[in-house]
Amino acid sequence: MGAVSAAARDVAVEHADLVARPRWRDRLSPIQWVRGGGLAALLFALPMLLIFTAFSWYPIVRLVVLSFQHTNLIDPPTWAGLDNFREVINDPLFMTAVKNTAYFAGLALLFGYPIPLIMGVLISETRRFRGLYSALAYLPVVIPPVVGVMLWKYVFYEPSSVGLFNTILGWFHLGPYGWLQSPGTAMPALVLEATWANAGTTVIIYLAALLVVDPDLYDAASVDGAGLWRKIWHVTLPQLRGVLLVTLMLQIIATAQVFLEPFLFTSGGPANSTLTVLLLVYQYAFGNSVGVGFGQAAALSLMLAAFLAVFALVFMRLTRSWSTT
Amino acid sequence: MALGRSKRAEAVTGGLLPSNDWEQRSVKWFFGSSQVLLFVLLVLIGLGPIVWLVKGAITPTIDTLRNPLALFPHGVAWSNLSEAWTSVNVGRYFWNTVVLAFGSWLCQIVVATTGAYVLSVLRPAWGRFIYWLLLATLFVPTIVLIVPLYIEIVDPPLINHSFAESYWAIWFPAGASAFNVVIMKRFFDNLPRELFEAARIDGAGSVRVFWSIVMPLSKPILGVVSIFAILAEWKNFLWPFLVLTNSPDRQPLSVRLPAIQAQTQLGVLLASMLIATLVPIIGFLIFQRTFLRGTGLGGALKG
Repeated sequence: MGAVSAAARDVAVEHADLVARPRWRDRLSPIQWVRGGGLAALLFALPMLLIFTAFSWYPIVRLVVLSFQHTNLIDPPTWAGLDNFREVINDPLFMTAVKNTAYFAGLALLFGYPIPLIMGVLISETRRFRGLYSALAYLPVVIPPVVGVMLWKYVFYEPSSVGLFNTILGWFHLGPYGWLQSPGTAMPALVLEATWANAGTTVIIYLAALLVVDPDLYDAASVDGAGLWRKIWHVTLPQLRGVLLVTLMLQIIATAQVFLEPFLFTSGGPANSTLTVLLLVYQYAFGNSVGVGFGQAAALSLMLAAFLAVFALVFMRLTRSWSTT
Repeated sequence: MALGRSKRAEAVTGGLLPSNDWEQRSVKWFFGSSQVLLFVLLVLIGLGPIVWLVKGAITPTIDTLRNPLALFPHGVAWSNLSEAWTSVNVGRYFWNTVVLAFGSWLCQIVVATTGAYVLSVLRPAWGRFIYWLLLATLFVPTIVLIVPLYIEIVDPPLINHSFAESYWAIWFPAGASAFNVVIMKRFFDNLPRELFEAARIDGAGSVRVFWSIVMPLSKPILGVVSIFAILAEWKNFLWPFLVLTNSPDRQPLSVRLPAIQAQTQLGVLLASMLIATLVPIIGFLIFQRTFLRGTGLGGALKG
């Protein structure tokens, strides 16, 4: 009897933390805390707490602090007030970078938003080889971006007549064009490569969403006499609304952070026509001598992060009522 | 029931397309021809650049420079590959990349599994607060943190030792992926809770439950997180570029390739690029399902 009740009590203790969660108010003694699994939980959480404190939460706080400081890696930092922000905003390159980033994001939407949707719809309607189609669409995503950029830069966009694109255009007696060498075409050229490199992810996301659309909806629409386009307009797109909004938001957030393409393709040139916000951050921080512009770099990073966070919150708030999921 | 099933079976072939409506033959024709077009297009843009890279990697530089679309006018130059591997030292950079990817993977898996176990299964009172912090972190893109992270690595607080030029500077920060912890937690949330309780009644402690029950049940999500962790490190450029600046011998392929470009002839450079691409491509071909499922999962979570 005693043994049974002791066992029952043990079970109850073991379950205490599962069933009724102890709150801080309950004032557990340290021994009860350990027995209740408190210590185990803390030990298990340790890698997460240490890594996130060191490499996520602390750097976020540090970013805010840095943006209000004059810092280099040698002298002790001094309070700068809003100096860094003022310097960044008064830098003529700031508006150039913002405009270029907006241009990149806009072009990327133009190229990269409708194409994956069309591909997704077409692939979802294939009866056979759907896996093959999705694999082909996704393949560029797994190519390391550096390799992709270099392949496009030194082969596809090669400005002489033996560049791959110029060779093809040469068959029609066009070109050769200096794709990356002229301020007018450099940014579209970057966007084209970036779209090639990233569209696969969006295709797969659409495909996953399309394959769970209830087929009865299409049948019902057919019964009502809807043709293909009306079915796409009244069934497919509304059913995808949630996903479409999310990919729109994710794409804008991702393109606002574009760095690798302008860095490796053009270093921001020609004539700063591909200088983006993050490239400017990089130039402030590491461009001339490392450390001199850390304050401005932090201020600009903070502005970008704040803009993106506000954008995401506003976007989610505005679209919550339109979204089906 | 039977009716429902037949409807489903029909639905597989149904969907957007009319399945038996002869009046809509033009629609079918439109879809059919656009699918052929789609296939050609996908082969061209998905496979084309890779096929070209393979061709370029084994073509003598001079032929590629003369006409990038000619198919081996003067034979095949396998020597590009061996020259890249040995004289350009790509072999060494390849192993650097492997080591970096492995360490980052390990760090991410340890942090994500133990962290998610705490948040989903052990659920201490402070877990909700940590989870909230993690979700907030999702709003901060890692790339905006490069400046504070860089300062922290070069001049860390509390420790009087710079971690620049060391792999720890890449492995540890890779672990701080809130996304990993969150998808892992969501997966653990769906595991049958009775199993944990039954194991506890049988006397299993938290470590035992974690190792013998949660981990074996989580193979699908571990696969997804692992693949994306390794791929992400294989693709990573900016962070290793910054923290390994002064040690070319320790840099991964993605950092070395742009650096060797100027003094490497095109054929050998292309061979090096092909070597850098082979691992992700082969990995993708083997684990295609995991890749595609994980990508859909990412979209679903962010939604």
